[in-house]
Amino acid sequence: MKSNRLGWGFLSPTLIILAITGFLPFLYVVYIGFFDWNIFAAQKGLVYTGANNYRRLVFDADFLRSLWYTIKFTFWAVSSELILGFALAQLLTKDFPGKTFFRIIHALPLMIAPIAVGALWRLLVIPGFGPIWYVLEEWFGIEYRIGASTSQAFITTVLMDIWHWTPFVTLTMLAGLTSVPKDPVESAMVDGANQWQVYRYITIPMMMPIILTTVFIRIMDALRIVDEVYMLTGGGPGDATRYIGLHIFRVVFPKTDYGYGSATSLLTLYFTIVFCWLLFVAISTSQKNS
Amino acid sequence: MAKTTSKKTLNWIGTYLVWIVATLVVIIPIYWMFIVSARSRVEMFGAPSLIQTTFFAENYTKPLLNPTFQRYMINSVIIATSNAVLVAVLALIATYALSRWRLPGADNIFFWTITNRMAPPAAFLLPLFLMYTRIFKFGEWTLFDTRLGLILLYCVFNLPFAIWLMKGIMDGIPKELDEAAMVDGAGTWSILLRIIAPLSAPGLAITAILSWVFAWNEYLFAASLTSVEARTITTGLAEFVTVTGTNWGEMAAVAMLALLPALLFLSFVQKYIVMGLTFGAVKE
Repeated sequence: MKSNRLGWGFLSPTLIILAITGFLPFLYVVYIGFFDWNIFAAQKGLVYTGANNYRRLVFDADFLRSLWYTIKFTFWAVSSELILGFALAQLLTKDFPGKTFFRIIHALPLMIAPIAVGALWRLLVIPGFGPIWYVLEEWFGIEYRIGASTSQAFITTVLMDIWHWTPFVTLTMLAGLTSVPKDPVESAMVDGANQWQVYRYITIPMMMPIILTTVFIRIMDALRIVDEVYMLTGGGPGDATRYIGLHIFRVVFPKTDYGYGSATSLLTLYFTIVFCWLLFVAISTSQKNS
Repeated sequence: MAKTTSKKTLNWIGTYLVWIVATLVVIIPIYWMFIVSARSRVEMFGAPSLIQTTFFAENYTKPLLNPTFQRYMINSVIIATSNAVLVAVLALIATYALSRWRLPGADNIFFWTITNRMAPPAAFLLPLFLMYTRIFKFGEWTLFDTRLGLILLYCVFNLPFAIWLMKGIMDGIPKELDEAAMVDGAGTWSILLRIIAPLSAPGLAITAILSWVFAWNEYLFAASLTSVEARTITTGLAEFVTVTGTNWGEMAAVAMLALLPALLFLSFVQKYIVMGLTFGAVKE
């Protein structure tokens, strides 16, 4: 009755655009990764070098350090967001006057441009007039310089990420909490289970798919953070906050070493995919169990 | 009885305290940025005060009257708007096809669209830069540093969630409506335009607004795939840090302009942000 040709016709503009801007770069980066290509090198054009770029990469201390910083950052940011978000969502399950207002304001950071989040945080920590700097320095006597102290810079980037993304976790956790059926919880309470046991044995197992989906998305986003950190610390001091995305953006990309840059990009992509795949396996096993 | 009531009251007070603190944590940094944007260089230093009675308009007027910055603003508006319209139209027709035809392999296509969103953008900087400067080249013209280049690119981020969101809405429109219209002799196009499009209008509006905000907010590609002509407001904001460095008042003013759309659109789309950010995996 309806021709498939028309259906494909409706779908094709989307597929063409995604193929050009999403899939083609992927093929291209795989291809160039096997070549030596530097436009300022003696021999112009591509020189096939096999897996040489990758061999160089696994011994590249800058790259490996950046990868390690990224994993550390992701771990602290995502785990804090999960705990905070879960606690806040718990307080939103009951109705109370003003709940909608709190919820809307809470979602605000999610809409702000990441680069503006970076600017916002920079204004909070500038030595001389930032409120966070002032409170730490004048009230607690802590010398606070994100331009000099690597650990302070690291903690500040984690706090910024928590400020930016906890609302996302709160909202997904809220969706999870409200979807948990009330009957098992109530009957467990009648049987004398305490609040902790209800969480441990009913609420959290039932929410597992949503918790893991949230973790999945948060990890993916934290691994690729660039804008906020670029604005806040520029990757410094030294390379203490030069997370992997920033490493590619500031170090790899500006060099015209295209072959090596492609290999770095691809390996980053590979690590992300492996990470996500492991999480995906965890999600599907937990779904089978519940 | 009295005991439980007092416990309830305590619970209430606790909930309110926590949420008031959480709200202040969100608002104070933004409010602080606004205050900085209203201060001249002289007023800025010293003990930070949250009260401001004067407004130093120069922080706003100086960038707004600067032709370079005006171009950045205009570019951002054009790029975000074109991208939003393009994404809404593409998502409408694509989900119409996915929902009303049984196309072989359609499910795989559906999932493939999301994988585009999962890749770390930094990994695609280099290949896209090379493609834009070397492959999409027609004589002197390249896709590099054009608004078109960014408009097309932002589809990669926005189409996946748009398709997820619209697919749900499209599946919710009863097929009987199409069939009744078809009996009356309406063609596929007129069904799409007269029945499907009006019924999915609210979803389309949300798709368009979220796409608009995401495109407006994007920085990494805007910074790497443009140089002069197609720069956007987010790249303008980043330039403050590297070039002028110390003019915090003006930087705060530009950042305020950059987050204005977030403030304007927040109440319209706050219910759908989560869906937008999780590609429809989590619904509220």
